[in-house]
Formats: sequence, structure tokens, C-alpha cells
Amino acid sequence: MEEGIITAIRVVPLEHYVLLSFLLFSIGAAGVVFRRNTIIILMCLELMFNSVNLLLTAFSAHHSDPCAQVFVFFIMLVAAAEVTVGLSILVMMKRNVDSVDVNQLNRLKG
Amino acid sequence: MNLDLLAALVPALPLAGAVILASLRRKLSANGAGGLATAIMAVAFACSILLFMGFDAATGGRTVKLLDWIHVGGMEIPLALRIDALSLTMMLIVTGIGSLIHLYSIGYMHEDERAPTFFAQLNLFSFAMLMLVMGSNFLITFIGWEGVGLCSYLLIGFWYKTPEYNYAARKAFVMNRIGDVGMVLAMVLLFQRFGTLEYATIMDAATGFNDPMMIAATLFLFIGATGKSAQIPLFTWLPDAMAGPTPVSALIHAATMVTAGIFLTVRSSVLFELAPFTQDIILWVGTATALIAASIGLFQNDIKKVLAYSTVSQLGYMFVALGLGSYSAAMFHVTTHAFFKALLFLGAGSVIHALGGEQDIRKMGGLKGHIKITFITFFIGTIAISGLPLMSGFFSKDLIMAFAFEHSPALFALLLIGALMTTFYMFRLLFLVFYGAYRGNAHPHESPLSMTLPLMVLAVLSVVGGVLNLPHLFGGHEAMKHFLMSAADGISNESLELSHTTEWTLMGITTALVAVIIYVAYGRFAQQATLEGNEAEMPFFKRLIAQRWRVDELYRALFERPYTWMSANLFSIAEQRVMVPIMTGVGAAANALGDGFRRLQTGYVSFHMLAMLGGLILFLIITLMSN
Repeated sequence: MEEGIITAIRVVPLEHYVLLSFLLFSIGAAGVVFRRNTIIILMCLELMFNSVNLLLTAFSAHHSDPCAQVFVFFIMLVAAAEVTVGLSILVMMKRNVDSVDVNQLNRLKG
Repeated sequence: MNLDLLAALVPALPLAGAVILASLRRKLSANGAGGLATAIMAVAFACSILLFMGFDAATGGRTVKLLDWIHVGGMEIPLALRIDALSLTMMLIVTGIGSLIHLYSIGYMHEDERAPTFFAQLNLFSFAMLMLVMGSNFLITFIGWEGVGLCSYLLIGFWYKTPEYNYAARKAFVMNRIGDVGMVLAMVLLFQRFGTLEYATIMDAATGFNDPMMIAATLFLFIGATGKSAQIPLFTWLPDAMAGPTPVSALIHAATMVTAGIFLTVRSSVLFELAPFTQDIILWVGTATALIAASIGLFQNDIKKVLAYSTVSQLGYMFVALGLGSYSAAMFHVTTHAFFKALLFLGAGSVIHALGGEQDIRKMGGLKGHIKITFITFFIGTIAISGLPLMSGFFSKDLIMAFAFEHSPALFALLLIGALMTTFYMFRLLFLVFYGAYRGNAHPHESPLSMTLPLMVLAVLSVVGGVLNLPHLFGGHEAMKHFLMSAADGISNESLELSHTTEWTLMGITTALVAVIIYVAYGRFAQQATLEGNEAEMPFFKRLIAQRWRVDELYRALFERPYTWMSANLFSIAEQRVMVPIMTGVGAAANALGDGFRRLQTGYVSFHMLAMLGGLILFLIITLMSN
């Protein structure tokens, strides 16, 4: 079964994975940079994580090297932790400035 | 009795005294502090006498090593004391005269609220001076050398509330520093040549007649000596140093510290013998100083200034002796001069005390009836310094003059003129102060016993001091010369080869002329008290001398003004036009830069994210490109 998945992954050429990951990552990055809603920003961050995960998995399958999959697990773990922190910040932000617009947090303006 | 322990005690006692007095200065009364300081000096004097008794000139001297001090590579400098004929002579002078002056100070300073501090500094000075004369190497001597300079500065400026006194103290300090540079350079040269600073080793190893290095080293030593011993060109600090309390003038600026230069030269006599060029310079500097200082003394109206210029002049005589290579004559004159000049200064202090602080001799006169003891002792001091026959000054000055005559009759004539000027200004002082009618309005009163006792002791010493080195002519055998010979090798080279007839003639001429001068002075000052009028009305040459040859003005024009001018220009050009723009420019640039970068901190999270992303991409591109 394992072999089946790997074969399935290998059906699609590596370049396509790279391209897809690049697109997903760019969408995520653009969202982080240009959106003002904090919830969207957090979601875009997840998108970026997962684009990287996808890339790692694809490389792993194509090169028959399981090491990269270990990284993916780590990233998923860290992402889970990061989401809890991010969401608590979001709650605190809502309580303090009564908004989820990141541009309300501009007290560090020089 | 352990002689090494005694030797260590001599400088240790005044040091301990200084520490104790300085720490208890708020608790002790003036008399208590004075008593303690005097007792300490008396014990140190007793130790010196015991050392003298236990000293055997035949052994040549001993070195008492207290501890290893500097031990770096090939350099080994122990903290050691040298006990030989020369250092013993100086120790006896310093502690003996020092004790008397400490005793005198009890009476002189009893009304001063800072008297304990004064005695602490006086004791500290004695310690430094003892280190100077007892050190077994140049560096220990140098510690004392700097120490006496410091104490001199402190004591000249003791009454620090008067700005001029502070100026005088600074002047003395700076002048001494100039000399000290010479001494340091000499030490460096000697160390480079001999690899040690021990006197005994250097003197044994010294060779190289007329060697340029030897000439340089001795010249630097002499520059050091001119600073401490107030010779041309560094003599102007000594008259100003009279700002200090009178006992200080007596102890430091007449009897002990100013003889440090002579001591150092005698200590290094072997080196000077190897450098005839330096000896000639010493000879002429000494002669010029003796004459110029004596001529200035003729027109001074401050009782202490007269004595100060007299000191400079007498030190000039000592340097003449050193330049002629007659080291024992110089040391003999150091000793007798210490007696009569300390006496004269203390006598002057007694006069000032009697008149409630008056120092101008134009406002004195007729004091001999009011302060009898002071008058008699001052009279003895005056005839001793003038060299009246059989007084101590007669023998010591005459010895120098005889050596001068042997060198060249012209030099003798110059020194004779100096001696006659000495007689004239001293008797002018004596007559104006004690004879005629009183011209002031204070109520003269005799000083207390603690002040008159030292005067009497010093007066006796000034009379009989000559027997220390009684010449063959008077049935003596030059005891001091033979004593000192064991310590300073240069002395064994000296011998006076004048016939007795010549010596008698020289003495006769000197004495006759001195008598004439005294007669003239008596007529001018005792009978009618001729006072110098306004300086502006004097003829040019006389005015020049009365204004101290304008040496101070010359130095001011040569060094002080250019220096002030340079500083002012450096301030207005280098500092204000160059440094200030650069410094404020750097500050303004940093400010502007900060102002620019401040705009980057928009406070928008998305902008920061964008910046981060941009930076990351830039980093990636650069990394890829460089690969």
C-alpha cells in the first residue's frame, strides 16, 4: 500500500509539485502581507506551512528519502502550537482594541 | 645596638609621625602636634648621632637592604639605604636643623588653626628628604626628590586662601618638574649604560673620559640639580617660595631641600669627574647665579626676599665649588650655610612675629632694643654669612674662593664681588631692621623661648661651625674633607696647592674689603636709613636690577605668553573651527540618519511582514547569485 501511494505521487512530475507549492506559498505570503483581518492572516500562515509540507513530501517520494517526512511531522506539530498562540493573541486583541484589524496595532510607530 | 635597625628608624620615624599627625589632625591641639613632631625629629636626630658614632669611615660605608622592590628581568632595584660619610653628614643636618626648626614652629604656628596639618607636612618633608639622602640608588633618591617637591608645594601654599601663595606654590612645583625631567633622563641613560641604578655599582664601573654619553648623563643630572637648587635658569621659584610660613623657608628653602642638587652632584662626583665639559658649565652657571642673585638682593625690601636671593646666591657658590671639583668645599659650605641661613630665616621669622606679620624692612628699624635675643642672633648670622674672620662662613666661603683663585684669578675676582654684595645686602638688612628709629606702628615683643632657643643654638653653630673643616692654616686638618673622602671618590682628586702666603693674602684682601663695605653700609643705613624710593625714578641699570633683572617678565614673554597665545589659538581655531564642527557634524548626521530610519517604523504589521519577506527574498537572491 505504501508503495502504491509513493508510485501515485511519482506519477505527477516533480516540477508540478514545485509549481503548486510556489503558488500556494505566494498566495499565503500575499495574504499575510496584504490582508488586514488577523484571522485571514493566520489562515494564510497555515497555507504557507502546508505548501512547504507538500513540497517536502513530494521531494521525499521522488528521492525515496523518508527524512523529509520527519520534518513534515515537526512542522505540523509546531504549526498546531503556533495556532494556539496566534488564536490567544487574537482573543486578547479583540478584548483590547475591539477589532481584528491588524492595522489597529500601530503603537510601535516611530 | 643594631645599626641596620637604627638606619631604618631614621626615615621611618618622621613618616610615622606624618601619618599619625595627619590622621589625628582634628583631635590634636597645636602645641600637642608640635610637641609630638619635634620629639619624633629629636629621636631621629639621636638615631643619626648613634649611627655616626658607630660609623667607621675606613669601611667606606654600608648598604642596608630593607626589601626587594623592583625585580623585573635584568632590572633589580631594592629598597635600600646607604649609610656612608656623605649620607650621614646630610642626615645630621636634616634631622638636627630639622628638630630645631620643628621646635621653633611650635611658637611660630601656635595660633594657626591648621597647625597639626603643618606639622604633619613638615614631618613628611623630613621623611622625603631623608629618603633622598639615604637612598642607595638613584630611584630611591628620586622618590625623596619628588617627595620634597610635593611637600615644598604643600607648604608654600599652606595659607591657601591667598591666591598669590597658590600661584607661588604652583610655580615652585612646575619649575621643579622641569628639573625632574632632567633627572629622569639621566637615570634612563645611566641604566642603559650600567644596567643598574645602584650608586656604588655605577661609581665603581664608571669609565669613559669625555664620553658623549657621560656628558649627556651628567648634564641631565645637572638640569635636575638646577631645578631643586634654584640655579639659573630655574631659580625664579625660590624667592616666590617665601610665601610659605617662615619655618618652611628656613627648613626647606634654605637649609635642606635646596641642597639636594649639591648632594646629588657630590654623590655622582665620579661621573662628573669624567665629564669636564659639564663641570665647566656648572662652574659658569654657579658663578652667574651667585652674582645675579646677589645683585638682586641689594634692592629687595622684603626681609624674606633678601634672604631668599641670598640663598640662591650662596647655592651658586656651592655649584662653583662643584664645578671646580672641590666637592668637600661644597659640602662644607652646605653645612655652614645650613647653620647660618636657618638662623637668619628663623631670626627674620622672629622679627615678623614680633611685628605682627610685617615683612617690609622700610617699616622696621630700631628693633635691637625691643627684641634683644633675636637681634644678637641675627647679628651673628649676618657676620657669619658675610664671612667675617673665624666665623663659619669665613672658612667655607674662603675655601671655595681659594679653589677659585687656583683655577683663575678672574673667577676669584667675580666671586669676591659676589661676596662683597652679600656683605652689603646683609648689613643693609641688619641696619635697616635693627638700627635707627622705628618706622612702623606695631608693638614689638620678643618671641617665646621655643623660638629663641633654636636661634641661640644655631647662633652658636654659626660661630663654631668652621671647626668642622678647619684648614691647615689655622692648625686644623680638614676633618670634614677626610671624613667625606670615604664616600665620594671625586674628593680624593682635589687638593689645594696654594702657598700659605697666597692664602693669607687672599684672606686679607677679602676681609679688608668686607670691612670697607660694612663701613659704607653703616653710614648709609644705620645712621640715616637711606630707603629706596620709587622704582620709576631710578636710573635704567639700577631699575633693571631692582626689578630682578626682569627674569620673571622674560620667562613670561618667552614661555607663558606664547603658550597662552598658542592655547587661545588652538581653542579658537583648532577647537572651535575644526573639532566642534566635526563633532557636532557627527552628532547631527546620526540624528538625521535616525530621523530617516524612523520612518520605516510605520507600526503597520503588514508593512513589517512585507519588509521581512522582501529581505528574505533579497537574501535568497544574493545567496543564489554568489553560488
